[in-house]
Amino acid sequence: MSRKSNLHHLTAPLIDNNPVTLQMLGICSALAVTTALDTALIMSLALLTVLATASTLISLIRAHLPSSIRLVVQITIIASLVIVTDQVLRAFAYEISERLSVFVGLIVTNCIVLGRAESFAMHNPAWPSFLDGVGNGLGYGMILMVVATIRELLGSGALFGVNVLPLAVAGGWFEPLGFMLLAPSAFFIIGLLIWAIRTRRPQQVEANELVILTQEATDQP
Amino acid sequence: MSRNSPVGLWRRFLALPNDSPTKTIGVAFLVSLVAAIAVSTTSVALKPRQEAHIQAAREANLAAMIATLPGLADAMRETGAETLETVVVALETGEIDPSIDPAAFDFLTAQTDPTQSQQLAAAVDTAKIGQRPNFAPVYLLRGTDALALVVLPVYGTGYQSNIRAYLALHGDLTTIAALSIYEQGETPGLGTRITDPAWQALWSGKQTTDGQGDVTITVVRGSATTATEVDGITGATRSTTGVSNLVRFWLGDQGYGPFLKRLKAGDL
Repeated sequence: MSRKSNLHHLTAPLIDNNPVTLQMLGICSALAVTTALDTALIMSLALLTVLATASTLISLIRAHLPSSIRLVVQITIIASLVIVTDQVLRAFAYEISERLSVFVGLIVTNCIVLGRAESFAMHNPAWPSFLDGVGNGLGYGMILMVVATIRELLGSGALFGVNVLPLAVAGGWFEPLGFMLLAPSAFFIIGLLIWAIRTRRPQQVEANELVILTQEATDQP
Repeated sequence: MSRNSPVGLWRRFLALPNDSPTKTIGVAFLVSLVAAIAVSTTSVALKPRQEAHIQAAREANLAAMIATLPGLADAMRETGAETLETVVVALETGEIDPSIDPAAFDFLTAQTDPTQSQQLAAAVDTAKIGQRPNFAPVYLLRGTDALALVVLPVYGTGYQSNIRAYLALHGDLTTIAALSIYEQGETPGLGTRITDPAWQALWSGKQTTDGQGDVTITVVRGSATTATEVDGITGATRSTTGVSNLVRFWLGDQGYGPFLKRLKAGDL
């Protein structure tokens, strides 16, 4: 693999092949953890860690994976990494892990992780798989951060818990939009993001070159 | 290299066709083994840190609950007390045991240690805790003329998890000052609403007993009509009933009942 194409694995999932806005994966957690930037950031980092490590490990043992137990082995690896990540968060970021509650644990059911393992890591060497994992993690994290920025700013007038818009209750002019703190607002924001991206990049509407990936998106459990 | 050396065996294992039963079972076993080792190592290694956080959260919870109690700050100022006085109570007799250092008493261990607890018959075990510790800590705040507040650590089983809380009683020992649930693992979004401050606030001012001294406080479906009833939460019936059961258990004869009777009679 040339250096350039390896780098492509890292950058492609950011916009061109974004797991959330193009493949429509990981929407559930994108709704749940984006009311505040700090939870969205920790969730993104947790997913990135799990995704990059799982892709690398699965890629390393891919030549010796019996096809009959392929999915079981992949899920075992992913689930173990998720438990380890959850335990680390509980030990070192207790307050945030309490607020994320079950959603770190639910990374195991996040279709991005199994999707990348099955469609990419099973067929590629460790280094590109690692880059692909990091790239998809960043692509997911980027959407989460954008959604969380909009929701926290308009919903609580703050960024990372620091007040930036003067709140009406404190004598300012900003009346927080309670709707932004509810899950449906994330649907609207993600929908608008997809609209914006596909207006700029009409090729995503058809997505001819990505038939395999859109196929896989419809396979999610 | 002999064919039976570990390296030789490993090479032969890797050379097996992927779909052979030996390799399938071998790969499944090895992956599970590595995963199990990774998970248990992390879990054991990080446990002390996690427990420290939970302990800190519990203390912060107690402090926060005390801070919200009406009149408590005044009471503390009057008496000059900086913190609550902690005593360890023998639950059977209701007596304070002065020989146990409250600071060194480990209530969590006492709850499960067979030498420090006794099995409960299913009929009396309304909090579903299985075994009850022989000793339990109680936090007291004495005012200038009388007892101002008693805080009781309570726990029991809700719908699917162990619920732990502090129950604060006013000096008359029948009026609830506050209930603060600091640990639970109920269904997210449903049972977890028992941690909602608005629901916990409903407990404040409720009476634990009817006129005859029987513990009758209970969570009811819909709206409470008497002073010993607390509104339930729709969708969290089993969790709120669990809270109600554990409060009644710990106020009853198997819990702090004997201690509260003695305290009321002025024996302590």
